[in-house]
Amino acid sequence: MSEAPLLAVENLSVAMGATPVLEDVSFQIAPGETLGLVGESGCGKSVTALSVMRLLPNPPGKFLGGRILFDGTDMLSLDIAALRAIRGDRIGMIFQEPMTSLNPVYTIGDQIGESLIVHRGMNGSAARTETAKLLDLVGIPAARNQLDRYPHELSGGQRQRVMIAIALACRPKLLIADEPTTALDVTVQAQILDLIGRLRVELGMAVLLITHDLGVVAEFCDRVAVMYAGRIVEEAPSAELFRNPRHRYTEALLHTMPAANPPGRKLPSISGTVPAPADRGAGCIFAARCRFAIPRCSTDLPPLTEPPHRLRCWNPA
Amino acid sequence: MSTLLEVTDVATYYAAQGATIRAVDGVSFTLAGGEVLGIVGESGCGKSTLGRTVLRLVEPTAGSIRFLGEDITKLDRRAMVRRRRNMQVVFQDPFGSLNPRHRVGEIVVEPLEVHGIGDARSREARVSELLALVGLPPDAAGRYPHEFSGGQRQRIAIARALVLEPKLLIADEPVSALDVSIQSQIINLLAELRVRLGLAMLFISHDLSVIRHVSDRIAVMYLGRIVEIASTSEIFDSPSHPYTQALLSAVPHTDPARRRERILLSGEMPDPAHPPSGCAFHTRCRHAMPRCSGGRPLLTSRPTQAGPREVACYLY
Repeated sequence: MSEAPLLAVENLSVAMGATPVLEDVSFQIAPGETLGLVGESGCGKSVTALSVMRLLPNPPGKFLGGRILFDGTDMLSLDIAALRAIRGDRIGMIFQEPMTSLNPVYTIGDQIGESLIVHRGMNGSAARTETAKLLDLVGIPAARNQLDRYPHELSGGQRQRVMIAIALACRPKLLIADEPTTALDVTVQAQILDLIGRLRVELGMAVLLITHDLGVVAEFCDRVAVMYAGRIVEEAPSAELFRNPRHRYTEALLHTMPAANPPGRKLPSISGTVPAPADRGAGCIFAARCRFAIPRCSTDLPPLTEPPHRLRCWNPA
Repeated sequence: MSTLLEVTDVATYYAAQGATIRAVDGVSFTLAGGEVLGIVGESGCGKSTLGRTVLRLVEPTAGSIRFLGEDITKLDRRAMVRRRRNMQVVFQDPFGSLNPRHRVGEIVVEPLEVHGIGDARSREARVSELLALVGLPPDAAGRYPHEFSGGQRQRIAIARALVLEPKLLIADEPVSALDVSIQSQIINLLAELRVRLGLAMLFISHDLSVIRHVSDRIAVMYLGRIVEIASTSEIFDSPSHPYTQALLSAVPHTDPARRRERILLSGEMPDPAHPPSGCAFHTRCRHAMPRCSGGRPLLTSRPTQAGPREVACYLY
């Protein structure tokens, strides 16, 4: 990357109580770039997003080491007032479940307007005018009439559009989207991804997209990082990673997908399950399930290689 | 192969807040012994209600359901319980569908007790056999559901469903709650059991790539109706109904060669309490013609090179 990164996560380690959940996680996002963070349940992708925002509940969450540099400022050094000034202003967020992230007793107009009043110092009527424009931007038509509606009056797709309007109200430099379309139907997902993609270009915004859906990442992201058991195991430009997966976990994951196999054929599977943190040895955490493991894999932790195609594997494809 | 299940003009309506929700609204299809019919569609299209209606876990408002030649919609409760020996179900949530206070052995043996099959010893042997069949360790019988992972719990639910050797399994989103690497194990298990036991399945899912992998034929549902039904290869190689086309185009793929030109639909599925007139899809269809909002298009057979397919659309 030639430009200074907008977000640089450096050697981040996080524990929940005594359990390590992120170990030595490093990645960067350039201004305007889209990075996908993929992995299965419990791999640490959502914890990464919450850590960047400093939203991880503490206790039990605990930062063990590393830095999170946003626009040159270490997020870990900021006090709560400084964090609040950044959240919702220069960093926007959307989550999987728009029903639980919206407040059921406030109108959507109030909820979108709130960040304009807090961060931009707008008065009520200026915020209302701007809110109507934002709803228009996210594709909720006849926006003025919609301002006084409550979340329960909207469909799932419309609620996610409202969440996007809230996240984008202050034109953030970075949007963190944690499984933004997982609760939505596939045709609505296509609409929402199309919307985020267009707004990203219009606003010159970088996106950190967290998802378990490899297809979504392949179509939406410039680069992708694959996580397994709290570590990034592979990272590359999307087209490269899906054409040429090199870490054995990424390779196996792509092979198990029904879409990658002829109908009716037995699907390749990954044997075993992710080991519990207490059962993780010194080497590569995937070694016990890996068909290509060599003796060294269970004793030495492979280092993450240099960009553009980074991976942690002693015996890559 | 002979017809196992024949569903004719089935409708299931719910009363909700003074309105009538037409969850299933005039659905017909047949299923042969040993065949897998995939039912695909988005939230609210009625696919789960259809599955429950076939088992009469929900009562149909109209229509007939013939299972092994007999119309089961007229049977009383006790007679229906006996028929369910041949029709079993696996649900999406392996956490919600297993009683947490019962040991796995008790969960799997229960259908045998309900139907009065065998004695204590033969039942125990049968449970061990089933646990082995679905790939669980022999000591699983003495343990509780919470001791197992999501994938293993789904294996327990499958063992319970198959202990009676049913002819029909209704699988309602059986892998949707599972991670990709676990999904493939359960899909393989169902495919293997299907061959080994000659099982017919209604495989209900919103996931098109899973549906494509397991089904012989596919029915696409929209707002309570089947809009298209054809062989798996026909649906994927040349989808006919504009909704099927839009649905397939929306699926993101890792392989650029598999991507279709995306057809973005406007809006969302209309409220099933107030479905649009005529073809329910006409409000979002890029090919809509004046007549589409008039009479409702019926599923009509249309001969193609790969065999007949049925589409409910005035384009054809």
